[in-house]
Amino acid sequence: MSDEYDNNKSYQAQSSEVLDGSAGSINPDMDYVRPAEIPEQDLYHAHSFIQKWIFCQDAKVIGVQYFLTAVFTGIVGLILSWLMRLQLGFPELAGFMTAEHYYQFVTMHGMIMVVYFLTALFLGGFGNYLIPLMVGARDMVFPYVNMLSFWMFFVAVAVLMASFFVPGGPTGAGWTLYPPQTILEGTPGSGMGILLMLISLSLFVIGFTMGGLNYMITILQARTRGMTLMRMPLTVWGIFTATVLAMLAFPALLVSAIMMTLDKVLQTSFFMPTILKAGEVLEYGGGSPILFQHLFWFFGHPEVYIVALPAFGIVSDLISVHARKNIFGYRMMVWAIVGIGGLSFFVWAHHMYVSGMNPWFGFFFATTTLIIAVPTAMKVYNWILTLWRGNIRINTVMLWCLGFIVTFVNGGITGIFLGNVSVDVPLSDTYFVIAHFHMVMGIAPLMVIMGAVYHWFPLVAGKMLHEGLGKWHFWITFLGAYSIYFPMHYLGFIGVPRRYFEMYDSPYMTSAVGMNEFISIAAFIVGAAQFILVFNIIKTLKTGKKAEQNPWKANSLEWYTSTVPPEHGNFGERLPVVHRWPYDFSVPGAKDDFIPQTTAPSEVANTEVEKT
Amino acid sequence: MSEQKIDGFELKPGFKGMASDTGSDQTMFKGVHWGKAMMWIFLLSDTFVFSCFLISYMKGRGSTIVDWPNTSEVFSLHVGGVPVPLLLIAIMTFVLITSSGTMALAVKYGYEKNRKMCGWLILATAVGGLTFVGMQVFEWSKLIHEGVRPWGNPFGASQFGSFFFMITGFHGFHVSIGVIFLFIYTYKVFAGHYESKKRGWFTKMKGDYVEIEILGLYWHFVDLVWVFIFAFFYLW
Repeated sequence: MSDEYDNNKSYQAQSSEVLDGSAGSINPDMDYVRPAEIPEQDLYHAHSFIQKWIFCQDAKVIGVQYFLTAVFTGIVGLILSWLMRLQLGFPELAGFMTAEHYYQFVTMHGMIMVVYFLTALFLGGFGNYLIPLMVGARDMVFPYVNMLSFWMFFVAVAVLMASFFVPGGPTGAGWTLYPPQTILEGTPGSGMGILLMLISLSLFVIGFTMGGLNYMITILQARTRGMTLMRMPLTVWGIFTATVLAMLAFPALLVSAIMMTLDKVLQTSFFMPTILKAGEVLEYGGGSPILFQHLFWFFGHPEVYIVALPAFGIVSDLISVHARKNIFGYRMMVWAIVGIGGLSFFVWAHHMYVSGMNPWFGFFFATTTLIIAVPTAMKVYNWILTLWRGNIRINTVMLWCLGFIVTFVNGGITGIFLGNVSVDVPLSDTYFVIAHFHMVMGIAPLMVIMGAVYHWFPLVAGKMLHEGLGKWHFWITFLGAYSIYFPMHYLGFIGVPRRYFEMYDSPYMTSAVGMNEFISIAAFIVGAAQFILVFNIIKTLKTGKKAEQNPWKANSLEWYTSTVPPEHGNFGERLPVVHRWPYDFSVPGAKDDFIPQTTAPSEVANTEVEKT
Repeated sequence: MSEQKIDGFELKPGFKGMASDTGSDQTMFKGVHWGKAMMWIFLLSDTFVFSCFLISYMKGRGSTIVDWPNTSEVFSLHVGGVPVPLLLIAIMTFVLITSSGTMALAVKYGYEKNRKMCGWLILATAVGGLTFVGMQVFEWSKLIHEGVRPWGNPFGASQFGSFFFMITGFHGFHVSIGVIFLFIYTYKVFAGHYESKKRGWFTKMKGDYVEIEILGLYWHFVDLVWVFIFAFFYLW
């Protein structure tokens, strides 16, 4: 060891920062990690089928349950979007669809995709599966509450789906559910439909609170020895910050849902002003519809980041692993996630520029909105700098990541357009808005989900997804998504309004028709292409090639479990001990191009690892 | 927490201590039970729920076109023909705050492993909470009797009844949940579940007297929220 010590000394003079071990010497204590301060978790091992697979308390099974339920709702949302596109592109083929149907599909598509699909998938699905594994815990800290959380979500989905089958159908008020029209007669589903929607949202919030408490406490209080906050994978940081946002933003949704339920059921007038209907004054009076908009968007804007932050975190990890390079500016990435999370509570009224609120409000919210672009841009630069001179592997996962960066930059830039009051006002309620948010919070997070599925499938199922099918899936989705949403920007600029069932003889009729047909065809193809993944998963489960342990040569703890797929308790007899961050890739002087988080400093004493 | 010892870790006071705890491995809140940390975060989230309610109330009250009812008349009790404003509310508040005191004592005796005393005090807290809910039922029925409804009332703006029933109802729901749990924990303490390390009915987890403190946190929170509701509804 002594000559290694001499070698160390020579480069230690150049950089004392990058040396693991305090003085560059191999002192006997360099592998020291504090003893455990929390006792071994008391786990309840289930024996019956029902307790193992249905009312299961293992976070991994709960994660998969969340994932499958969310994907089911996602497919429903996808079918609704097909029906909408059929009406917009080929109205002559959609004779069975009335204007009421169209509004109901718009509403349900929006609510399903934002809340029941993306939020549940990222936090419930990836959160449950990855958090305990990545921080080195045996399970979530409250497994029973975690199980209740999933079943509450399941009931919320069941109630939501039930609204398709009640008299009057689901609500057709738009996913923002603005009063007064939401609960007035004449709006589709203003009877049972809206009631079930509000109940379902309330159940979702309660269920999510149970899950969110688990995620937060597991991350804060149940990390393994040596796992500091600044050694956590960015995936965990993203999910953690999103959970904090959700815990503080969902209350506003719960409160507005309760108040609107009362407006509907008990004829209170929280949100209902005096209204004339067919010359008659309704019983409502004195309420404030703008109050609902404030409450809704106080939830709604953080919600955008609840979806985006886990995606940011996950994509950072995927890029780092598949470019074999440490993530550029890890600390900056963490602070950017936290900063975006904090700022997201001060921008909500940029959704309300045309609501008639005080213009000075608009000025304030435009400023805060544009400030968010700073940490977001930092993240984009860091992803690109991570790729720069990396040992990039162009596999399916990396393709999805690259697709994400491009789409996200696109959607982000149109966001800067819309953040300015003077640009937003003419573009409000046009297809430009549709294009913007589908790019930035629809397609971009979806790309990350797909990348994450291809990345973590070997861990969950122990088999490798087929690469060729994956690449087909990617290219059709990527090019198709651009074919759908790029023309929509143009439609928005010529003034085509959103949420219109039909264009009639509008002046933009001629140029919009061909484009709408093109978009619809692309939407059918992209939607169908998603079933390539379903086919790939089924095929892989049946005949796929068995995955070796840690097929991507990653460093984070989820790949170092005792068995693959991990069993209940995750890590076998002893919990792992962490000595470093998860990004030690291509370290000069190291034997392999990756150093697992569990590798002791003395084993890699002569390498140039980052000090974390 | 300062007297607590964490193996291999030096607990420092003040901001430096907070920074070093945050930067350390395993736990951020040193020596804090999982359930206790969870309750604090849940209460933070619940604070947002009540804040949204109360801010909506302020907005609603500020923007009605009809005058708000005179609260010192609406909420007064007639004692011997003389209207006494705030009488019932004063008693309700007194009972609830007293129950917070008995709860705090229960936590203290729990940690001292004084099972009997702890049990009686939790029971006293539960009875206090139940009395509060009972008086709230009385108040509600009095108001309903006088014609106050969620959708309107004879005294002024219809939003008065809407907000009053919704927010006190939501608070009363919290108190009721608390009372149910207080009774459950009375049973658990008297039955000695924490000494025998009996596993929970549903969660299958072993309990500890820290659970009394966690329940206490919830109970104090519910009392604190009441103070705000009291100020905003009865004094404004």
